Amino acid sequence: MWYYEKKLQYPVKVSQCNPRLAKYLIEQYGGADGELSAALRYLNQRYTIPDKVVGLLNDIGTEEFAHLEMIATMIYKLTKDATPEQLVEAGMGAHFVNHDHALFYHNAAGAPWTATYIQAKGDPIADLYEDIAAEEKARATYQWIIDVSDDPFINDSLKFLREREIVHSQRFHEAVEILKEERDRKKVF
Amino acid sequence: MTYTLVKCYSPYISKMDPCPPMLKKCFSTPPNLYIPFQPYNSEQFPTAREALYKGTLWTCLYDPYPLKREENLE
Amino acid sequence: MTHQKTLPDSYYQLMEQIQQVDFVLVELTLYLDTHPDDLDAINQFNQAAYESRQLKNTFEKQFGPLMQFGQSFSNYPWDWKEAPWPWQV
Repeated sequence: MWYYEKKLQYPVKVSQCNPRLAKYLIEQYGGADGELSAALRYLNQRYTIPDKVVGLLNDIGTEEFAHLEMIATMIYKLTKDATPEQLVEAGMGAHFVNHDHALFYHNAAGAPWTATYIQAKGDPIADLYEDIAAEEKARATYQWIIDVSDDPFINDSLKFLREREIVHSQRFHEAVEILKEERDRKKVF
Repeated sequence: MTYTLVKCYSPYISKMDPCPPMLKKCFSTPPNLYIPFQPYNSEQFPTAREALYKGTLWTCLYDPYPLKREENLE
Repeated sequence: MTHQKTLPDSYYQLMEQIQQVDFVLVELTLYLDTHPDDLDAINQFNQAAYESRQLKNTFEKQFGPLMQFGQSFSNYPWDWKEAPWPWQV
């Protein structure tokens, strides 16, 4: 089971009400390479991967939920007291008429989250390479959001999240190394 | 560090291109690409505070963004 | 009815200290998942886990439980459900 902890993984600060930036950040909330996809992808793959790397998938999957909460916090703060007029002006009119200020699992273009964003092939190497690709795509998405954002506080949090993708990618590579190792051969690193 | 964290290239430019050309395009090549298996006793950031704000405990995995892209051509 | 609770600076400072130590624990956890026989890292992990406990005990005495389902003790009345939540502070 999981326990909730009443804290964010990283302090999230926001400079100003900015629903346009929130619209972009939704990509990492309910988009293909977003944090929800990441968490569900890894936790779902746990069941059909060798025991040696189950722990890693479990723990990275769990960390992704902490990242999902950071993204949600940013979106929440960027739009919290925005008027309908401000939301319309920021291109969030279509979101507002359906959801008001509620968050929803869709990407920046409004396409709802779908299970087709994640893969589970049941082949450990195929699944780990999928995970590595997912981390690199999420890293790239964070870069593009940082490129269009001028909120220094948001960018600080996004740089943290981008760096986490790099660490996760490293660990998934190591998981591949562990699985491809010949049995009974002493490892030399 | 024996590698760079950004690579750049010069895209083909046609006189028929409608937008002013970008002479150079760059992309990230983060440190994880160069570390097959992280060695034991890797260097850490000196404080927990610094690790948190860098986004990693390990100096070898830290990759600032955005980089000063201009420095990395040639 | 909800009432406004303005958090003192000490909330943010103490929370940040917890975030720092817990981040080291996240990093060491992922590292140990692929380097399970690194004794130095395990010693560092256990030391950080101890520090995290100490900080959270201090925090919870002032600001209420960080976890529930029995992972934290409760004050009277039940204060787990009290705002602010992490995304609100």
